[in-house]
Amino acid sequence: MRPRPCDGGRSSATTFEKETTVEQNIDQLRASALQELETAATPEAVQEVNTKYLGRKGVMTQVLRAVSQLPADERPAAGRRANEIKQEIAAAVQAAAERLAAGAGPVEGIDVSLPGRKSAPGPLHPLTQITQRICDIFSRMGYEVVEGPEVESDYYNFEALNIPKDHPARDMQDTFYVSEDIVLRTHTSPTQPRVMEKRQPPVRIIAPGKVYRCDSDITHTPMFHQVEGLLVDEGVSFSHLKGTLTAFVHQMFDSETRVRFRPSFFPFTEPSAEVDILCVICRGQGCRVCKQTGWLEILGSGMVHPAVLENVGYDTSRYTGFAFGMGVERITMLKYGVDDIRKYFENDLRFLRQF
Amino acid sequence: MTVDRLAHLLTMTGLEVEAVEERYAYLETVVVGRIAAVAPHPNADRLKLCTVETGSHSCSVVCGAPNAAVGMLAPLALPGTHLPGGLTVAEGTIRGQSSAGMLCSQVELGLGPDGSGLMALPAELVPGQPLHEALGLSDAVMEVSLTPNRADCLSVMGIAREVAGFAGARAKRPEIQLPAGQGDIQKMASVNIEAPDHCPRYAARLVDGITVGPSPFWLKDRLLSVGLRPINNIVDITNLVMLETGQPLHAFDFDQLAEHRIVVRTAAAGERFTTLDGKERVLDSHMLMICDGQKPVAVGGVMGGMNSEIEAGTTRVLIESAYFNPLSIRKTAKKLGLKTDASHRFERGVDPQGTLYALDRAAQLMAELGNGRLVAGCIDVKDSLPATKPIALSAAATNRLLGTAFGRDEMARLLEGIELATQVQDDDTLVVTIPSFRVDISRPQDLMEEVARRAGYDQIPVTFAPLPAVTRPAPKLLTQRRRIRELFTGMGFAEAITYSFVHADSCRRLRLPEGDRRCRQLAILNPLSEDQTVMRTSLIPGLLDAMQRNLARQTRHLKLFETGKIFISRGSTAQPEEIEMLAGLWTGDRTEVAWYAKSEPCDFYDLKGAVEGLLEGLHVRPVAFTRLADAQCAFTQPGASAQILVGGEALGLIGQVHAQTLQAYDLKQNAFVFELDLARLMDHITEERQNRPLPRFPSVSRDVTVIVRKELEAEQLLAYVKEMNASLMEEVRLVDVFDGQPIPRGCKSVSLRMIYRSAEATLEDAAVNQLHKQISDRLVEHFKAELPT
Repeated sequence: MRPRPCDGGRSSATTFEKETTVEQNIDQLRASALQELETAATPEAVQEVNTKYLGRKGVMTQVLRAVSQLPADERPAAGRRANEIKQEIAAAVQAAAERLAAGAGPVEGIDVSLPGRKSAPGPLHPLTQITQRICDIFSRMGYEVVEGPEVESDYYNFEALNIPKDHPARDMQDTFYVSEDIVLRTHTSPTQPRVMEKRQPPVRIIAPGKVYRCDSDITHTPMFHQVEGLLVDEGVSFSHLKGTLTAFVHQMFDSETRVRFRPSFFPFTEPSAEVDILCVICRGQGCRVCKQTGWLEILGSGMVHPAVLENVGYDTSRYTGFAFGMGVERITMLKYGVDDIRKYFENDLRFLRQF
Repeated sequence: MTVDRLAHLLTMTGLEVEAVEERYAYLETVVVGRIAAVAPHPNADRLKLCTVETGSHSCSVVCGAPNAAVGMLAPLALPGTHLPGGLTVAEGTIRGQSSAGMLCSQVELGLGPDGSGLMALPAELVPGQPLHEALGLSDAVMEVSLTPNRADCLSVMGIAREVAGFAGARAKRPEIQLPAGQGDIQKMASVNIEAPDHCPRYAARLVDGITVGPSPFWLKDRLLSVGLRPINNIVDITNLVMLETGQPLHAFDFDQLAEHRIVVRTAAAGERFTTLDGKERVLDSHMLMICDGQKPVAVGGVMGGMNSEIEAGTTRVLIESAYFNPLSIRKTAKKLGLKTDASHRFERGVDPQGTLYALDRAAQLMAELGNGRLVAGCIDVKDSLPATKPIALSAAATNRLLGTAFGRDEMARLLEGIELATQVQDDDTLVVTIPSFRVDISRPQDLMEEVARRAGYDQIPVTFAPLPAVTRPAPKLLTQRRRIRELFTGMGFAEAITYSFVHADSCRRLRLPEGDRRCRQLAILNPLSEDQTVMRTSLIPGLLDAMQRNLARQTRHLKLFETGKIFISRGSTAQPEEIEMLAGLWTGDRTEVAWYAKSEPCDFYDLKGAVEGLLEGLHVRPVAFTRLADAQCAFTQPGASAQILVGGEALGLIGQVHAQTLQAYDLKQNAFVFELDLARLMDHITEERQNRPLPRFPSVSRDVTVIVRKELEAEQLLAYVKEMNASLMEEVRLVDVFDGQPIPRGCKSVSLRMIYRSAEATLEDAAVNQLHKQISDRLVEHFKAELPT
């Protein structure tokens, strides 16, 4: 609706008739005000009457102004009368408003079951939701979120992490190569040396991001997501690692979830541990998801290998640390029951909307 | 100890048992049957009709075995049984006679070598009993997923050492009892190592008078149980001993070795050699070859050659047991693309002191099983072998790293359990002797892991690190990215995550001109598929792919966005420029089908509105959209393409997807896309906010409608009004744009609403009217506009 031009809030008040007596006028006003209020059917109409008679520029204001100009002997009586009527109208306004409010009948024509005019929110990708949740848990423990390049040098992806060229440990990760010395990072672990090179302990970071491996089937996609964690300081022990990751699992799943640590091997940690949780699907009874073992592998971890600390120039007699890494797709699968990892990257709206 | 318990303990000691398979599970449906009657088959001379009793039941079975006789107990495979040979037993009719199962021989059941007739079962067995119970047959095969450091466990003996550790026992290995040899190997053969770096040790024995033939059942059975195909007794023995000891062996037909000599040397570049798998390989000068007096006979440590293979007529066998340099083997195997059980072990490191044991074990078995005569003596040429060094282990340091309180002697006990000999040096320190097979232990930390592993990781307490307070603020990109995602999902967009690699053809599909930086694609050397050969230089292809997939699945209305990196190549030997981008796509209807809305296709302004909403939500300003010159439009349609400017800087693009690009992505529906440089957008985002007093006096609004040429961009009108900088004008908005009757052709009417307000007083109508008229008049004059009649 366009406003009427030059509307400016001017009211269309009844013109005050000077020819008649003030008192006559007042009575007339009173009568018309009360009658208008009686017929007012909506709160808006009552308000309009209120404004018309009692407003700043209303009729009664003008009446009072006129009274002030009467001869002195007429003034007191007329003034008293005007005020009485003003109060009477005010009371009537109040009464009319209350009458309307009390007697408000049902509103017609609304089908409350009809969907509202909504702007429905879109879904956040399940991997984003879980990544944020992981980062939030560690952020509350004081870990700082950092990110690194996805196309990495061989040095940061491997060498700095104690995985020399032509070492069998390279078989653990099928690598996409860009050239001999440039790879798509196979894990988020390169953020470890990258951050440590720039800072002195204590270092406490969490590094989420995309990683790439030359592998594709129902449980592997060539791109997936990891979150890496690293804590280096004086006196950091394996038992701290266990505490931290147990706390993480309890926040990520629930405090009843059992956690077990078992020996494993990663070139950049020593000792190394694989972290399993009691299968969230079968609660340890054995099922397809846990391959009948009752346990699910969710994290790789360990004490940072002294060679890694040496590579960044840390004093290994003074500092120790732990590191861990987890696959976001896997944790999401366990949280949300996603059965085929490829679905994450098909971006089927029907899939995305489930989360 | 039960199999499950053993598997659990192995897993918890770091040798993860991936699967436990009961070998005789298929015997579940094979029962002891008693042949109660035998009658001739009416339609076949060589077949018989047997009545077989299985306890409470009796059934008729057609059988061709000559030894089927009344009273005999024989295995009856019931329908559904999967026999080792691949056959599945079914109830059926054989030559008109129904048969309710199959009476089996040893061979058919995989239980022995005799295939001549039915397997005769001991008379005391009870008919109807499952066969594996009746015979006490049970054997579990465990699949251990070994980590690459544990080369010592690539053998039964290695696993046995670990089991001995937690079982509190000592591992035993087969005693060698070599027959007395004849002759002298030194006089008959020679070994010359010309490449000691690649091959520090090469040992050989010779067995004469061998009869090559099939292996005995037990040997074949052992190999089959772990998935190895039996070949002949000689080859099978080398495989068996490798499985037992972890030492790969090779057997040569001695009479095929020219001059009866072995020369270990590197290959000549370009040398050709045909390996046992029948493939011709081209070698290079870093590859180690085992040669005879004239020619190569094996790729050292990887695979033997066709030319010296053990054949039916072979009588003299030279057994090779060597220690090869792990790195050399790994490089060779990788270059040849040839991964064998031998190379797998050599590259991880076999026991340099285990060479002779394996050699002797194989020689003994060949003499026994091949009826061979051992030639006396042994060739053992060695150079400097890798040796383990004793390591001093501090109990205090171990406990510090682990967070434990193990005593020094407790640690010694744990280490001794897996053959790591210890000596006490002082109150705190042990000196640990590392056996030659533990090639993975070189630092004290490695021993600390052994202590933890042996004690059990569950013995390590669960505590929390004392953590200092955080002093670094969260990076802007992270917090803002989260905000962006909230804004976009709030506007109804679904977040997509697409692959970072795309089809190399993407540039052409996006119609990018040569020289566009987005054509600087980084190629992957070993892509998995044609669709994923280069790193993306734009997020648009991924979104178009996602759209295509959704359309194919009948989702026609789609609002997607993605944040992620693009990669601009700086050449394949450098890391590319990685730029975080934000992109969005809108296709199909503006709103979902609903009772209150007409179904209308989305348009340019819908997506533009989302981008504006985003930038507003990020408190980014000033924002401008300028029309992209037709010549500069690539994947967007000329006329419906705009640059997005933030603070005067071009940060992105929005537009309708070009018809050719739609076609290239097989899309049959219009779409609108935008892409923004998120990294640069960050520079324009500030988290600073400044409170301003709210106005105390009411505002007054006045509209003006002008008729202008259709091509005139609305922004010009707005900008012109704003630039007048009238002191009382607070805001100007576009409230209507209209063309068509009664507006003249080629023109449009544009209505602006000005909001006037004074900070000091309520504005008087007259003053506002006067100001509004001035502004309107100038607008009309400047744009040569008309007023509506």
